[in-house]
Amino acid sequence: MDGIHDMGGMMGFGAVAREADEPLFHEDWEKVAFGILLQVSGRVGFSDDHLRAHIERIPPLAYLEASYYERWTRALESYLEERGLLSPDAVEACLANMAVPARPGGGRGTTLDDIEEAVAKGASTRRDGAGTPARFRPGDRVRVLNEHPWHHTRAPRYTRGRIGEIVSDHGVFVYPDTHARDLGECPEHCYTVAFRARELWGADAAASDLVNVDLYDSYLEAVDTSA
Amino acid sequence: MALRVAALEQLLTDKGYCDPDTIDRLVELYETRVGPHHGASVVAEAWSDAAFRERLLANASGAMAGLGISGMQGENMVVVENTPGVHNVVVCTLCSCYPWPVLGLPPRWYKSEPYRARVVREPRTVLAEMGCDVADDVEIRVWDSSADLRYMVLPQRPAGSDELTREELAGLVTRDGMIGVAMV
Repeated sequence: MDGIHDMGGMMGFGAVAREADEPLFHEDWEKVAFGILLQVSGRVGFSDDHLRAHIERIPPLAYLEASYYERWTRALESYLEERGLLSPDAVEACLANMAVPARPGGGRGTTLDDIEEAVAKGASTRRDGAGTPARFRPGDRVRVLNEHPWHHTRAPRYTRGRIGEIVSDHGVFVYPDTHARDLGECPEHCYTVAFRARELWGADAAASDLVNVDLYDSYLEAVDTSA
Repeated sequence: MALRVAALEQLLTDKGYCDPDTIDRLVELYETRVGPHHGASVVAEAWSDAAFRERLLANASGAMAGLGISGMQGENMVVVENTPGVHNVVVCTLCSCYPWPVLGLPPRWYKSEPYRARVVREPRTVLAEMGCDVADDVEIRVWDSSADLRYMVLPQRPAGSDELTREELAGLVTRDGMIGVAMV
């Protein structure tokens, strides 16, 4: 989807503002939002692909105004509502009964070591041995298809129609475009494709510079180098 | 937002999808155990042990697992090496993908519109504005983490650091150096 999230190369945002001695979280609710998302996602099938797809559906003006953890929270709510796992009425009713933010009581007594062990395992989207064969090899010249789907995709807009060179084949991974829509994992090869900065941005870019982008097999077509 | 998140926590706890203790321990994990000190120890090891450096550049997740570093948002790591002729810098233009096991959670500027929009188009200008001057004859390689690989930069070992221990070397390594927006 050609949404506001796909901002590589956009102009006019100004300088990068760094914060001295930045805390890990700026508000207490961000901690809760972070913890909710990390543990709920696995239980309700809310993968990173679903998270990103739902963030991308936030209307552009709201997206720009929202902080990182606000986007996460809006996306989770939107997903849970879509799945019928949470009703908007229940959220409104709960809000109406809550004067100040309060944490639920009880708790399962989870320990830090338990959490560390679970997080260290991760959840790889690599699917060795599965999926379609690689159509490209390192050194091949490829063009990113000029496709602009309405659904979630991971081919940045600034690469569409551009020619690059396959730098490496990372193996087979879950394909976000189908996975985010519940059409299956459809694993396929994922490559790093190097684009000359001038291929992307024109003569103002430095001749030596490269932009490397990770792209799935389906996003690419071979460039005929014999012509 | 604070109220809305509190309401969500209440409702999701009632449904059994989440638990307040687990939320608190997850936060504590990233506040106390996982952070850029992990990445710094990987860099110090690579500077000290040539065989480890080779393994790291060939299969970063495998090499890091040998140091006990692995996990969520770093299952498939790639380490890219700065050299006298090449400077690397990492971004995620589509969202804010970041290698959590080695760098912890990302700072706000990394997730910000200016960084995501600009560093792919005008890396030299952005890096100079951030105080990282890359010479004109050094090639810049930007890595846009657009899929499920996560990137970390292996900075060049500073001159005059030959006598330092691994711990002392790790102390020289900064988070921003491992993103590629600062020299080490």
